[in-house]
Amino acid sequence: MTVETAMPYDEALARFEPVLGLETHVELGTASKMFCGCKTTFGAPPNTQVCPTCLALPGALPVANAMAIESTIRIGLALNCSIAEWCRMARKNYFYPDMPKNYQISQYDEPLCFDGYLDVEVDGETVRIEIERVHLEEDTGKSTHVGGATGRIHGADYSIVDYNRAGIPLVEIVTKPIPGTDRLAPEVAKAYVTELREIMRSLGVSDVRMEEGSLRCDVNVSLMPRGSSEWGTRTETKNVNSLRSVERAVRGEIERQAAILADGGRIVQETRHFHEDTGTTTSGRSKEEAQDYRYFPEPDLVPIAPDPAWVAELKAGLPELPTVKRKRLQAEWGLSDLDMRAMHNADAIDLVEATVGAGAPAADARKWWMGELARRANETGVALADLPITPAQVARVTELVASGALNDKLAREVLEGVLGGEGAPDEVVEKRGLKIVNDEGELSAMIDEVLAGNADAAEKVRSGKIAAVGALVGGVMKASRGKADAARARQLILEKLGVSE
Amino acid sequence: MSAITRDEVAHLARLSRLALTDDELDHYATQLDAIIESVAKVAEVAAEDVPPSSHALPLTNVFRPDEVRQSLTPEQALSGAPAVEDDRFRVPRILGEEA
Amino acid sequence: MSLIRKTAAELGAMIAAGEVSAVEVAEAHLDRMAEVEPQVKAFLHVDRETTLGQARAVDARLRAGEKLGPLAGVPIAHKDIFTTHDMPTTAASKILEGWRPPYDATVTRRLREAGLVILGKTNLDEFAMGSSTENSAYHATHNPWDLTRVPGGSSGGSSAAVAAYEAPLATGTDTGGSIRQPASVTGIVGMKPTYGGSSRYGLIAFASSLDTPGPFARNVLDAALLQEVFSGHDPMDSTSIDAPVPSVVEAARHGDVSGMRIGVVKEFAAGEGAQAGVLARFNETVQLLESLGAKVVEVSCPAFASALPAYYLIAPSECSSNLARFDAMRYGLRVGDDGDRSAEEVMALTRAAGFGPEVKRRIMLGTYALSSGYYDAYYGQAQKVRTVISREFEAAFHQVDVLVSPTTPTTAFPIGERADDPMAMYLADLYTIPSNLTGNAAISVPCGLADEDGLPVGLQIMAPVLGDDRCYRVGAAVEQALESRWGGSLLAKAPAL
Repeated sequence: MTVETAMPYDEALARFEPVLGLETHVELGTASKMFCGCKTTFGAPPNTQVCPTCLALPGALPVANAMAIESTIRIGLALNCSIAEWCRMARKNYFYPDMPKNYQISQYDEPLCFDGYLDVEVDGETVRIEIERVHLEEDTGKSTHVGGATGRIHGADYSIVDYNRAGIPLVEIVTKPIPGTDRLAPEVAKAYVTELREIMRSLGVSDVRMEEGSLRCDVNVSLMPRGSSEWGTRTETKNVNSLRSVERAVRGEIERQAAILADGGRIVQETRHFHEDTGTTTSGRSKEEAQDYRYFPEPDLVPIAPDPAWVAELKAGLPELPTVKRKRLQAEWGLSDLDMRAMHNADAIDLVEATVGAGAPAADARKWWMGELARRANETGVALADLPITPAQVARVTELVASGALNDKLAREVLEGVLGGEGAPDEVVEKRGLKIVNDEGELSAMIDEVLAGNADAAEKVRSGKIAAVGALVGGVMKASRGKADAARARQLILEKLGVSE
Repeated sequence: MSAITRDEVAHLARLSRLALTDDELDHYATQLDAIIESVAKVAEVAAEDVPPSSHALPLTNVFRPDEVRQSLTPEQALSGAPAVEDDRFRVPRILGEEA
Repeated sequence: MSLIRKTAAELGAMIAAGEVSAVEVAEAHLDRMAEVEPQVKAFLHVDRETTLGQARAVDARLRAGEKLGPLAGVPIAHKDIFTTHDMPTTAASKILEGWRPPYDATVTRRLREAGLVILGKTNLDEFAMGSSTENSAYHATHNPWDLTRVPGGSSGGSSAAVAAYEAPLATGTDTGGSIRQPASVTGIVGMKPTYGGSSRYGLIAFASSLDTPGPFARNVLDAALLQEVFSGHDPMDSTSIDAPVPSVVEAARHGDVSGMRIGVVKEFAAGEGAQAGVLARFNETVQLLESLGAKVVEVSCPAFASALPAYYLIAPSECSSNLARFDAMRYGLRVGDDGDRSAEEVMALTRAAGFGPEVKRRIMLGTYALSSGYYDAYYGQAQKVRTVISREFEAAFHQVDVLVSPTTPTTAFPIGERADDPMAMYLADLYTIPSNLTGNAAISVPCGLADEDGLPVGLQIMAPVLGDDRCYRVGAAVEQALESRWGGSLLAKAPAL
């Protein structure tokens, strides 16, 4: 691998203007595959979710999954697209061992959805990304390359193929070229993919797990010299499989292309592969000739003609989209832009919303998710949503605090117990004996003991130095192992010492 | 003038994944040339304003419900495979990556 | 009369009545096959034990009181392009030699459910590409009328098996005439149902928008009975029609053309390139129809002449894509895998070794027609011609109930005569192709022997989409009138094997 030179980002941006394009593939979360009834479970043993159709056995035929069609139209509607009144699937012909039929059933010049847009926010500014098309196709199988040094395709001795993934419905979302993002290009790309991911989630059409490949992104970048209006040659970087990588891939490609252009070189129109480990791209195999996919209408499937009334129904039934929802919640919760953005970045909004839905005050819900729970997620390296605690459980903890049954310290212990698998909050309280001491007699006896053992401090308070009461309250909390209600203890101590505030 | 050159036939053979010998290329070039000349007669039908038919019948909207059906067992799936390893289809090394 | 000379309807009735067992009927046919197969070579795969096992199972189902259809226990020859889980399926190609499918085609499944007993898999032109069955990678099949001649194609194994009394019934597939033309040249009945009327699931695809499974039989009623068994909506085939099957059996029982309007396709009756004996029999049959009370008119369909070139663009285009799956990776032949060659090279070597010349020709022709730069002029224009032909059919069927023509321009030609001349071979489907492009129903029924060679001639009857019953009604009337004139079936005139 040759090391390519890169121009520092600031310099690159001073001399060139980037034009972006993004092609995103989303694996739909249907129960069965696009054209057959095989399951779509991720990680199943090899070749256990295959049938004559998805293995392309001679004679087998495809039948389109109604839910996949519906999901694609809903995605299109969420992206403000027009929906085709009549369109066909097409065969894209090329030979490749992980593609059983050696053609992919896809769409060519008649996409199901077209001409839409998506607004994303970057640095407080709204950027409109124009959507060229949203179409439906099928995924390929998965090859494992055996032998050779790297486990990569180059230098392998042979490959072994699992077709479980072959035929899973795949929606491809293609943007129009995006000019004018200037130095924010990497952030815009990331914000776009983030927003798409949230839309997919809110639509419930995909689990959009980038690490499992259910959302994959190809990034197109070209540069034009400042002052020019003629777009440069673009490259297409594939395998960009995390949000951070989207940003890195755009930045890296801008720096790489700028160095070549500044040196008087020429950008080769090519496919480049992104490597998560190094954050760099390498050139794909250069092709002797341009691919000729020989697209033609798929004769095994009949045209799709969505009933306009049905499309209108789907449109009316769309959930509130993430940006709209965020604005509403921000107003409802009375948060600053900064706080809202922090929650967004932490993927906490849906969790807080659900916790509020389960009865918690918004401030409390936000406090726990963004505080203790975010810390725990960070420590253990899991996504907030993947912590083994439900919004309803968090809501219950806030309820216990509000009722005075727990204080914050005890609440943290309860959360720890729930995360540790000890059961629901009430069970943890029960098992660990974490109830606040509310028995006045018990508290009073405890206070007497503390006053007796801290005569100095008691005297100071009596003499008017009310600040010294803190040490006494601390003593009570210590004696009760944190279970006392601190506010009540303070009140009682002052009463007993005959002092009023 | 011929409708198709030998080089074009070689290109078609490559696109079609057919390893043809030089003799075969010559032979097919001659035959395909005659066939293409003959099928080119479709151009004689005036059809500028006619929509194309990709299907014999005008059916639309045939879908299946999103329901899981029984898959093959791995034994059945792999039963015809020329080579198998770890319940996967073993194939010769793959050159480069496409699409 | 021996069991092998009986009609399928007769055999079904005898089995149902317990006069004879399915096993006995199967044995009689297996014995006939053993006797004549060395000359006819209609089958690619025969397995006596599997067949007898099926027959025994049908007998058991009948004894158990299971209600099966009128063809329960009747043997059938099955074209080796339908998948069968208990017999190899090769499409007569080396690339699939020995392949055992893990599933049954819908047609196969429906045959089994109705209690038909599969005698074996019949020979065909490789992947159904051809009109003589000489393109089989395994062997040629011989016409029982004259063993030096072809039995037609691509379903020539099926037509020969039925004509040679090896089976009373057979399945076929018709993409450009592959049922009607072989039926015509072997003196039997062959029907191409409406496209989408019979399921393609498990039928190894040649040209998806054209392929249609259909029946062969020695008479019109048997063909209708068989079509009824395997027809009807199949949710596994998106192009399958979700509508009631036309009442073909009823029509076949009531052959009657009085008051019907019958159109003679002017362009096909002109006889350019057709054999004189074929035209003579055809014209006589048209007169016969008139004498039976039909009103005969001439109908002009000028675009039908462009059907052949359109077909030879559409079918190869679809086939170039359909046959891409034969790549040595998941099943079938693998050639040249020495541990060093790449998958790409192994694919190309395997496909070069595994496909015959006609298949390679069509794959390359189709690849060409779909290529960027040629698509509009070839594939695109062919699809437009398809629309024009559809409109001509539509206009014609406003005027008449059915259209008629000879099935094929000549009688059976000698084996080897056209083997190296693809263009001459393609002409065999000149009259049959229009119905494939538009999906309408069409049948071939015997209408006599050509004077110059004494070989069978077929009458093609074309009906609108879902007008299958009209084909049978007219076919039955012709059959009835001609058989009373001949004193029996045309096939009875064939020389003994």
